[in-house]
Formats: sequence, C-alpha cells, structure tokens
Amino acid sequence: MQAEALQELGQRFSHAILARQPTADDIPTLWVRPTALVDMLQALKAEGYAMLYDLTVIDERERARRPAAAPESDFTAVYHLLSFERNDDIRLKVPLPGAAPVLPSVTSLWANANWYEREAWDMFGVDFEGHPGLRRILMPPTWEGHPLRKDHYARATEVEPYRLPEEKEAAEQEALRFDPAAWGMERQSADADFIFLNLGPNHPSTHGVFRIVLQLDGERIVDAVPDIGYHHRGAEKMGERQTWHTYIPYTDRIDYLGGVMNNLPYVMAVEKLAGIVVPERVRVIRIMLCELFRIASHLVFYGTFAQDLGALSPVFYMFTDRERVFDIVEAICGGRMHPSWFRIGGVAQDLPQGWDRLVRDFVAYLPPRLDEYQRLVLDNAIVKDRTRDIGAYGPAEAIEWGVTGPNLRATGYDWDFRKRRPYGGYDQFDFEIPLGSHGDCYDRCLVRAEELRQSLRIVRQCLENMPEGPYKADHPLTTPPRKEKTLQDIETLIAHFIGVSWGPAIPAGEAFVGVEATKGSNGYYLISDGGTQPYRVRIRTPSFPHLQMIPFLCRGLFIADLIAILGSIDFVMADVDR
Amino acid sequence: MSAGAALANVFGILAVLLTWAALLIWVERRLLALWQDRYGPNRVGPFGLLQVVADMIKILTKADWVPPFADRLVFILAPAVIVVTVLFSFAVIPVAPGIGIADLDIGLLFVLAMAALGAYSAMLAGWASNSKYALLGGLRTAAQTVSYEVFMGLSLMGVVMLAGSFDLREIVEAQRGMWFVLPQFIGFLTFLAAGVAESHRLPLDLPEGETELVAGYHTEYSGMKFGLFFVGEYLGIILVSALIATLFFGGWLGPVLPPVLWFLVKTSVFIALFVLLRAALPRPRYDRLMAFAWKAMLPLTLLNLVVTGAVVLARSG
Repeated sequence: MQAEALQELGQRFSHAILARQPTADDIPTLWVRPTALVDMLQALKAEGYAMLYDLTVIDERERARRPAAAPESDFTAVYHLLSFERNDDIRLKVPLPGAAPVLPSVTSLWANANWYEREAWDMFGVDFEGHPGLRRILMPPTWEGHPLRKDHYARATEVEPYRLPEEKEAAEQEALRFDPAAWGMERQSADADFIFLNLGPNHPSTHGVFRIVLQLDGERIVDAVPDIGYHHRGAEKMGERQTWHTYIPYTDRIDYLGGVMNNLPYVMAVEKLAGIVVPERVRVIRIMLCELFRIASHLVFYGTFAQDLGALSPVFYMFTDRERVFDIVEAICGGRMHPSWFRIGGVAQDLPQGWDRLVRDFVAYLPPRLDEYQRLVLDNAIVKDRTRDIGAYGPAEAIEWGVTGPNLRATGYDWDFRKRRPYGGYDQFDFEIPLGSHGDCYDRCLVRAEELRQSLRIVRQCLENMPEGPYKADHPLTTPPRKEKTLQDIETLIAHFIGVSWGPAIPAGEAFVGVEATKGSNGYYLISDGGTQPYRVRIRTPSFPHLQMIPFLCRGLFIADLIAILGSIDFVMADVDR
Repeated sequence: MSAGAALANVFGILAVLLTWAALLIWVERRLLALWQDRYGPNRVGPFGLLQVVADMIKILTKADWVPPFADRLVFILAPAVIVVTVLFSFAVIPVAPGIGIADLDIGLLFVLAMAALGAYSAMLAGWASNSKYALLGGLRTAAQTVSYEVFMGLSLMGVVMLAGSFDLREIVEAQRGMWFVLPQFIGFLTFLAAGVAESHRLPLDLPEGETELVAGYHTEYSGMKFGLFFVGEYLGIILVSALIATLFFGGWLGPVLPPVLWFLVKTSVFIALFVLLRAALPRPRYDRLMAFAWKAMLPLTLLNLVVTGAVVLARSG
C-alpha cells in the first residue's frame, strides 16, 4: 500500500524528487525541489496524508555528517505528514540554499500550517511567500535574529549582560499593545463599537501565561487572536548544547503535568538512533509510570475544567488524589512532578521493595472516587448546559487543524497511537479506547474521565505481570551503563568512563518517535551528527496546534464559553511554547 | 421604647452585625474547607479564629489606592453604597420581641427598595473603574439585578397576602400556627434564587465570576474599599438569610429556647446553605441565567401569586 502510493507519486513527481534518504525511524523521507513542494503536498493530502503533523527547519550549516543522499542545503524545511487511513507517515525535505531562504506557504492547504510557518520564520528566518501574517510567534516582537540558527547565541553569557532600562521596558510593552488594524480587524461595525479585551497573559482561566485578545460585541466574541510565547524557554536550543543524557530533565518540563511521559519519546528516539533494545522489565516499568502520569495529568484536567465552569470543590478532591499518584511516583523515582527517571536504554533504578503494595492500594482506591466525580461533574445539569455543543468540531476539522489525543477522540475518531502503532510494548495490554461523539467540550471531558479508568486497567496489568530482569539494556550506549562488569574488562570500563564523563556519542542519523502523551501526540525528532550532543532536537507537542484552533472554535460564542473551551482543550503553556 | 433602649438596640444590632459579618469570613472558609477535604485557616489563634483579626489588620493597613484612570468620586462612593443599603435594611428586621430598630408598616417594601438601591453599588463600581473587566461585571450586575428583582418582590407577595401586612413583625406573628414555607413553598424557592442572585454568590456570582471576569466589577479595588465590598457581600448573606427565616420560617418563634436564639439559629442555617451552594455548584452561563429568570422564575412566581390570591379570596369569601 505504502510502497504503491509512493511509487505512483514518485513517477508523477520524478522531476521534483531529488533524493530518498534512509532514516533510523524508517519514515519515507524524500528530498524535493521547492518549486514542486506545494503540488506534491497537495497530491499527498489527496492520497490520504491528511494531517500536517509537523513542520520544522534544520540549520544544516554546521552539520558534518549529512546523509550521503542529501542534496546541498543551508537550511532544510521538513514537512511531516500523517495518514490516518494508511496508518503511515511521510517526510518531505526541501533544501534551501543561502542565508535568506524563501518557500511558498502551504497555509491554503492546511489551516494549522499558519503557526508552524510563523515558528519557522521566528526561529530560522525562513520566509513563506503567501502567508497571511508572517510575524514572530514565540519570541517577542522586538527580538533580533533567529534563535535556532546555529550562529545565534544559546547562553546569556555569550552576549552583553541583559539590561532593561525604563525606556526599553516601555518600548517592549508598547510592542505588545494589540493593534486591531494589523490583524485586519475593524474597530466598529455598522451598529456597535467593539471592545478589545486582553484575556491574559495573567488571567485565572488561561492555565499559564497565555494571552488571547478578544474582539467583543457586548459579551459575544467576534474574533480572537491568541498570543503565545510567554512560556518559551528555548527547549529545542538547549538540546543542542546538552549531552544526550543530560537533556532528559528538560523533557520533563515540556508538558509539565506529564512527568516521565515526556521522557519516553525522547529516550525511545535516542534508542532508535543507537540501536538499543530495552529489556522487557524496562518496557513494563515505563508503561506503568507513563500511565500513572496520565492519571495525574487527567485528574488535574478534570478538576480545573470543573473549576473553570465555576465549581469550586472538585479540584480539591482531584488534587488530593493526584497526591496519591505522586506518593507512588516519589517512592519509585524520588521526584514527584518531574522525576526525569527514564534513561537511554532503561530506567534510573529498579523498582523499590514494596512498590506493588502502593500501586495495588491506589488502583483499588481510585475507581469509587471516579464514580463520585462522575456524579459531581459530568452528571451535573449546569455543567452539561455549559459544555454541550460548545466548541464542537468534527473529525475532518480536527485533522485539518492537527488535533490529536483525547481532543481528536472526542469527535468519535478512533485513533490512539497506543493501539494503532503500539510502541514500547502497549500491544501486550488489554485496554479500550474511549470515544466521544460530538467533539464538544463535554465529550472532551467525558473521554478523559473514561481514559482514567483505562489507564488504571493498564496499571493493574503492569502490577500483576511485572517481568523479572534487568532495568537497563546491556548496551555500551546505555547511560549510565551497567557497572557490574566495569572492573573485569577494560572495554566495558572505557565505555563506562566515556558514557559517564562526556556522555554517549550517538551514531549519526535521524529518528522521530511519537507517543500518545497525556494531551495528544508528543514526539521528538532527533538529529545526531555523531557527537555527544544532538545536532537538532525538534519537539512536536500536541498543545501547539490545539491552541491555534481556538479562534475557530470561539467565534460567535460568549466569554463564558471561551473559558469552557480553554478548560476542555487541556493544554499547558510549556507544552505550547517549549 | 425609651430613647436609651432604642439606642442600645441600634448600636447593639450594628455591633453584632459587623462582628458577625467579619466572623462569616472565617466561618465560610472553614466550612468550605470541611466540604473540600482540607483544613482552612487554623493557625492564627484557637481554631484559626483570629484569622479575621489578621485579615482586618492587613486590609486596613494596605495602601488606599485609586487607579489614575478611574472616576475618583464615584469609585470611592460605590463600595459604601452596598454596606449602607444593606445595613439600612436591617433596621426593619425584627430579631425578637423588643429587639429590632424600627417597626415600619411597609417594612418589606423598605427592604426591597434598599436591595434595589444596593445594586447601584456594583454598577457604579464597574462604571467608575474605567476598566474593561469591571465594565463587563457592571453590565452583568445591571442585567442580573433587573431580572431577579422583578420576581424577588413578587415572590414575597404571597407571604404578604397570607399575613395581610407588610410589617415584618406582623408577618412573624401570623406564622404562629404554621410557617409560611409550607403554603408558600414556591415563593420560598424563588426568593432563595433571587436572594442568591442579589448577593452575587456562587452559583449566581456572574458579576464577579472569577474564572471569566477576573473579579468583575471590583477588579480594580484593593485595600479597605475592596474590604467594604467583601463585608457588604457577607452582610447581604446575613440579610437574605434573616429575611428567609423571618418570612418563611417563623422568625423568632420556637419552643423552649429564647426567641433571639431561635432567630440566630434559623438565620445561621441559611447562611450555611449559602456556603454549601458555593461549594457544590458550578456557574451557569450569563444568558441562561437571564432566560431562567424571565422564562421560568417569573411565570412560576406569577402562578404562585394567582393561586395564593384565589385561596385567600375563597377563604375570606
């Protein structure tokens, strides 16, 4: 199927395909001419590659070990498409020579290309012709340079100390003032003056530093402009200066409610590059921890969603329950919210004695509580009235906007990466994928509430079937390596010494691994130049496209509905801004 | 009543009210905590009781700040309005035989009038703040108050018909045989809803709706001016609870215990109900709230009025 489609396409676009590049993740990767890009993407979309899963850029100028097949390129644009029908991915790469690269925009093909192209402009200075408003998205509007370029500094110590005198502060603030004209918005209609309301970056319901400017007619939302980037910490740039091993703690803080769930796609991508196969026990331990964190994250969602609707109490019950999850996490990992506990080739330590009792108590404790929450939140008439048919979209729109995870399943679209592409051992587990039917705020909550039970099921299976065996792979690149044999043969000692002091040198190559994270599909696209640090770390997060959809969802609704929508999307700003 | 007794009444009731309102801050926080599986304030003094004092010291020593863009005079006046009108309303509440400030023939109408005036507080605050969130809060107040005041008065007319008087003391006396909550159950429910809306309490706290409007009409307020809104809200809860106790649950009437205590107990029960509502319910949407007022509550109130009228007529005829 896959080969057929590619062959047919290859013939049609034989003049446009420059090369085919092998990658460690086996995703078909084609180098194409910029001139043919839009046509080819269009053809692929028609072939069933319906979702623009990710769009990013690589600065190739300092890369020493490029794949032999790759054409000359200073910057490379990467389009990652996902086909749900075929359960298949394809990656198109476009070589861009010169310091001021230009590409045609694909915003007319995919609605969610808008923000991805803005990000590519912001971070790499790639210009997209035909983009409706190419401006910075993560960096402040006053920023100079494009941070993810290799010649842009990564540390404050590499430049003059930062100072913020009063004039500069005033100028920075002025630059943030919203100008309706710049977004093509009218200040008044025939019979009303609009209010432009700044919701955020500090607002009780934006769940972090997120700003959304509303064009209001009374309390009705005419249009909305989300403004992100307040939580940007340069996580991708950091990847280029941390070792493969020391980058793990940074991943915890991407979706900061997901804990070790963030470690998983990263370490799996590294393992793919390094060719490490992890032992059975590691797989089950990882899945158990990930599902515990899914429970913790969904509990936060459940509580804050109710709170956004004005119900004060549920959030306290759910945070108390989340503490119980953290008690287990703490006993196993030592840390709580950000344990950074997965390692390249395994996990940091073996499970402690008595872990099973903690987990057993918890899986018995939570289900009756969930029944109570059902009555408290989902069965409440006011909650239903506030959330039914609010912010609704169908599967086609979801795919168009790059929506994944529970927000996609709320539309009734049966897609869970754990089932469709069982990674890390999920095929060994017995669980169901809860689906919604309306794609509205209510269903988004309903799906997550049911996922809590399914995650408990998985955790219970982990508990009952935890295999014996080592908690780390027996591989020289496992970091830190197993120490048992180091004092017995010199090769192991050398490998251990290098792995611990410099960090492991991961073989050159490219790999992407995505997982079904708490909020949707979270993936790491890693490029190794054969060194002890990644050459490029691309983090594809679910919340970024989800937030982009908000104006589309809230037009014509009330402020109160927008709050319900924001609560139902389940985002954290660190996951958006990285 | 002698002048001395009258003065003692006035200042006694005022002192009790203000202390009670302040104490309610503690009571509400402790009750909410109880229902939300947590402790609440329990560090300052026995059971955290002195938290109230600490809060007062804090709020009184805060900078008395008026935003430069606000309409200064109205901005300062607005919080006073709510406290003054609610305190005025208490003048006609009969606490017990011999305790109470004034016995007006039109006591009930006076209370309704004061409630209507009190609504100006939030509207003026929203307007004078000259801020978008406050303005939206003020607009919501205006709409909500107009909608809920319409049937607030009407919901009490059943009681007036049964008692044959607007005088609150006579209304209490008329309940010697039976509390009005039984014949006027619909009136009680509608008045309760209106009362919650009038005092801007969850689930009908839309004028301030934290998750939507940050703090609504009092977004720009701080220090003691904010404190007045706060006290005004708690006084409002006491007032509505006292009214419910007086109009539907026989006021000070009751066996064994002294009348004052009965009044306090009944009022406290409804105050706790207010807190429980806040702990239990989410907030409906603004337009649904209006629709609920006009399409459900108002017809229900009118129906209640017609039926009560018919019964009263039939009995007297």
